[in-house]
Order: sequence, then C-alpha cells, then structure tokens
Amino acid sequence: MSNRTLFDKLWDRHKVCELDGEDLIYIDRVFLHERTGGIALVSMAEAGRQVRNPQNVFCSMDHIVDTFIGRTDETLMPGGSEFIRTTRKAAHKAGITIFDIDDNHQGIVHVISPEQGIVLPGLSLVCPDSHTCTQGAFGALAWGIGSTQAEHAMATSTLRVERPLTMRVTFDGQCETGVTAKDMILHLIGEYGASGGRGYAIEFSGAAVEALDMEGRMTLCNMAVEFGAFTGLITPDEKTYSYLKGRPYAPKGDMWKQAIAEWKNLSSDINASFNREIIINAALVSPSITWGTSPAQMMPISAKIPDPQSETDTKSLTYMGLKSGQNINEVSIDAAFIGSCTNARLSDLRRAAAVLKGRKVHSHIKAICVPGSTQVKQQAEDEGLHEIFLAAGFAWREAGCSMCFFAGGESFGLRERVVSSTNRNFESRQGPQTRTHITSPETVAASAVAGHICSVSMLEAKNA
Amino acid sequence: MPKPFDNVSSFAVPLLRTNIDTDAIIPSREMKRVSKKGLGEGLFAAWRYSEGRTENPDFILNHPDYKNAHILLAGENFGCGSSREHAVWALAEYGFRVIVAPSYGGIFYDNCIQNGILPIRLPINQIETLAELTTPISVDLKHQLIEKYTFEISKQHKHMLINGLDAIDLTLQHMTKIQKFETMDKPQRPWVYL
Repeated sequence: MSNRTLFDKLWDRHKVCELDGEDLIYIDRVFLHERTGGIALVSMAEAGRQVRNPQNVFCSMDHIVDTFIGRTDETLMPGGSEFIRTTRKAAHKAGITIFDIDDNHQGIVHVISPEQGIVLPGLSLVCPDSHTCTQGAFGALAWGIGSTQAEHAMATSTLRVERPLTMRVTFDGQCETGVTAKDMILHLIGEYGASGGRGYAIEFSGAAVEALDMEGRMTLCNMAVEFGAFTGLITPDEKTYSYLKGRPYAPKGDMWKQAIAEWKNLSSDINASFNREIIINAALVSPSITWGTSPAQMMPISAKIPDPQSETDTKSLTYMGLKSGQNINEVSIDAAFIGSCTNARLSDLRRAAAVLKGRKVHSHIKAICVPGSTQVKQQAEDEGLHEIFLAAGFAWREAGCSMCFFAGGESFGLRERVVSSTNRNFESRQGPQTRTHITSPETVAASAVAGHICSVSMLEAKNA
Repeated sequence: MPKPFDNVSSFAVPLLRTNIDTDAIIPSREMKRVSKKGLGEGLFAAWRYSEGRTENPDFILNHPDYKNAHILLAGENFGCGSSREHAVWALAEYGFRVIVAPSYGGIFYDNCIQNGILPIRLPINQIETLAELTTPISVDLKHQLIEKYTFEISKQHKHMLINGLDAIDLTLQHMTKIQKFETMDKPQRPWVYL
C-alpha cells in the first residue's frame, strides 16, 4: 500500500473492527475539563460505569475557573464553583489525573497536553471540547466530541465513528514577514467558508506549514473546527520530536528511540490520494482580521469592509455596527484580549510583547493578557515579558480560557468592540452583544496601542 | 438512555440563518449547573429574551403559531462551534425532536444521535418549501420521509434512534475484540499504555 495518507495510517492503526457500518476506533488518551468533562464523569458514575483505563485519562480546570491573581474555587460565574468542585470530586473518585487550580501544570487543555507530552505523534486523543483538533499539529488523531461520547471513550477505550473523508490543504511557498499561522487559517476559512472542511480530516502541508514552529502549527490546527473539519493534522518532523523530548509523559530512553522509529512512518505516501485538495499561495496571505460574526467573515487589515453577499452578512454588519466600504483600520476599539487555546503560548506572548515594548495601551482601552498555562505564565515571567505587558497597561492574569467566552461571570461590556486573539467571533461570545474581531496576538497588541484596528506594520509606519 | 424515536407530526419553526452556532443555541451563561437538565429555559436565550428576561416578541420561537413545535428548520452548518452537548440537551428539553438543515457541525450531529434527536439533512430549497407550509409537517424515520421528501441517514444512526439504544451498552458487548486489540498493540506501542 503506497498511496495512503497520514490520516489513513492513523485511522487504520486504531481501528479495532467495523460495527454496523461504523469503525470502532481505539482511544489512547482522553482529556476532560470542568465544563463538559465533569458531567461526563458524574453521568458515568450514576450509570454505574467505570473509567476503564484511568491512567490514560486527564482533566484540567480551565473553562470556568477565574483568572484573577489569587483565585480560589469561588468564581464570578454564578454556580461556577459547583463545576469546579464536582469535577474535582468526580476526577478523584474515578482515579484520573487532574491538573487542578493550584497545580503549576494547570492550564488550557490544548496548551498543557502538548506541554506535558500527553499528546504524541500517532496517538488518538479525544476531549469533549471542539478545539481538540489543535493537537493534530503533532501528527496525532485528535478530535472534539460530546460529553456522552466522552463517557463512551472512558467506559470502553473506544469510539464508534464514521470514517471522515480526507483533504489536503497545501500552503505553497512562504508567507511574507509579519504573516502568522492565524492569518493562514483565517485566509483558508475566508476563501472556502465556515463549513468548507465539513466531513473532512484535513492535512495541512506545504513549505509555509513546515516553516511554522510547533506553536504556530497548533494555531493552524486549532481553527480546523472553525472550518467545519473533523480535525486537522500535520506530519510530525524533527521540530515535533525536539518539542516533545523530555516532556513528563513522553517516552524516555530506548522507548523514545522505538517511538521515533514508529513516528517516522507517519506521513502521507508520495502517491497518497486525498478526496479533496486545496492549494493556497502562501505569499497571498495578509495580516487579517474578522469583520463579522463568523470566522469566514474575514479580510486583510489593509482592506475596506466588503459589501454584504447575503442576508447573513447584512445581519452581521448590523450586529457589528459596521458599514461596508469603511476602512477596517479606522474602526476604534474598546478592549483588547490576548489569550485562548489558539494564541496564548509563549511565542504568541513574545510577539505581542515585542510590539508593546516601550509603548502604552491607548487611553480607555481595557487590555488583558491571559497566558495559556501556568507554565507559559512562569516562562514569560522568567523572560520579563509580564513587565512589558504591565508597563504597557495590560492586565496580567493566571492561566485559563478566561474571556474567550462569556460564561456569566467576567465579560466585556454591552456592545463593546474587542480585538481578540481567540477563535470565535460569534454573537455575544465574549459578553452581552460584544463585537469581537479575531486576529493574531501581535495585531491585538498593535490595535491596543493605536486605539483602533491596526496591524503591526501600520503602527510602525505611524510612529516612523 | 434516549427514548425510541416515534413518527412526528408538528408545525416547524423556520430559523433559516446560516452558521447558527452552539453558543447561540445555548449561551455559556445558561449552563449553570453540572447537569443535563434545566437547559430548555436557556435555549436561544440571547435571541429569545429581551432585557429583564421577558420574551422577545420578534423572535420566531415566541410566535404563538410555533409554541409546542417539535421540528426546527435551520440553515447551513447548524450547530457549528463549541462541542457542548448542552445545546442538544436544551433543544430536547424544549421539545424539539427533529432538526432539518442542509448541513451540521459534526460534533453537534453526533450529539443529536446520542440524545434521540433526529438531524435531517435536506437541500435548502426543500427546507424553504417546508418553511412555507401552513399545515403540520410529518416525519417518518422508518421510511426516511419528511412530507414528500426523502432523506439520507446512516443505517446505524437510524437503528439507534428507532430503538432508543445506548451506544456504550452496544460497544461493551464487543469487549473481547477491544482486549484483543490491546494485546496485539501493546508490544508495538508500549509508550501509549501509561
């Protein structure tokens, strides 16, 4: 067999058998969090079911826990502490590993799983969280599921899944300086729509993808779900191995060598055939931002807001308080947010800090930086990045999902305009009727300084 | 465990916007407890209620014609976004048993099947025709019919819905195969088994 894709190899490796037209796929790792995982553990216990391999199941506190310095189990979100306490209790009872609030390995699931070496090339990993596709950046078969399916995975070490189709998205050539993985994925979704990847497992390839570091690759795969895809994947390479080597849960010694030998087979064959291929000229990707309420409603920062193409577009423009034909970079903002499983890793914070160094956030703008994990926070502080954020006027927080979404606790204000390094610009996502513009962390930083939507190069031109 | 799916005859609520995400179906702030219950009140909360949580008369779900409807007609990519199964629990508790859309978010679709909701895929022009009907719409899963239109659904999903089956129970019957897989796999990928 010399025409198999990376996805085919991963899928077939985990296929236990076929059952009534679906495949029974072996699940190597399950990750949970307190919002959707706690209910899965509780529901299992109520049904009298056991977690079959508790040593392969992990849980983090990221979604509901507050990110204020000095946080406890109490949350601004009404009823939030019940999620935290119930999940903790259920996790202990089930015997699974939990990265709790006071653990220095705590953080957003898709940041800490790679940090701990829990995800590895060739593994299957599921989590009741749609952004689990992030971890496909390691050449793992990682995808988001519902809570009931999480129960299934924990009770049986398997899931019943219909085999998705395969798609390869190739970013040919190299991106220009200042263009990030976030711009690449927004470009793809903008061109092919928020459901353009529906039904597909997507392999990202091409020189521009190979050139990304692991954190950029995670950003790219993170938003595969915003493209409607089953998951995203990238062929593991030396960068992948060197990122993982020595991580707490990664194999050691001879077993590491044995693992590398196996991982070297994890790439699509030269003649691999995909159900669909998309090729993008990486040189055409620009620093981008969303203007609407779907990630597909995106545009280059240097452009004018496009004319609506549908009733949905018109509704989005009204919601966002924008007019077509307006320069997006003249739109003033109320808040800036750097955080989330998309863009809150060390390299993201470094790039944002490079913009903020020696500059101040524009007056009246609420600016917040929430590191993706406690480790990221610690590393950033070791480098002094927190001082740059604080001096510029950004709040510097404890790790968690924070205001990537509004859960009833902390939020941005009514109809406030937020420039955000997150992944979803849905209506009221970050607060009541908030207007979210998704972009890269450096563009968030530049916009916070300018007081309006602004790319790094525009900010530099302004200061020159 | 879901109840077996019976035929449905009901008015259908047309909510034909595209990309209606699970945040819109059940906003995060409506997920107040660690429970699958108590979510129906929060369904479409941002659209359904005005300030002070009074019913917004402009939102279609509040229209008197659509009270007690069991069928929801939607646009492309319905249920995209967050994996929260709460979206399906909220729809079910409110009383929806059938969703009709050209396409769905993948996780949402699977969550429907797990909870006894039938997600029907139809072309948008057929959905628009159904939206114009002033009489109740009938859905027959056994014959894969909604009014005069036929729809596709996998054999397994149909079987699970009609019989109200629990996938975990079904899979547990195949434990020998799973154990056999592990015995074969363990020596080849020892680092996987912590």
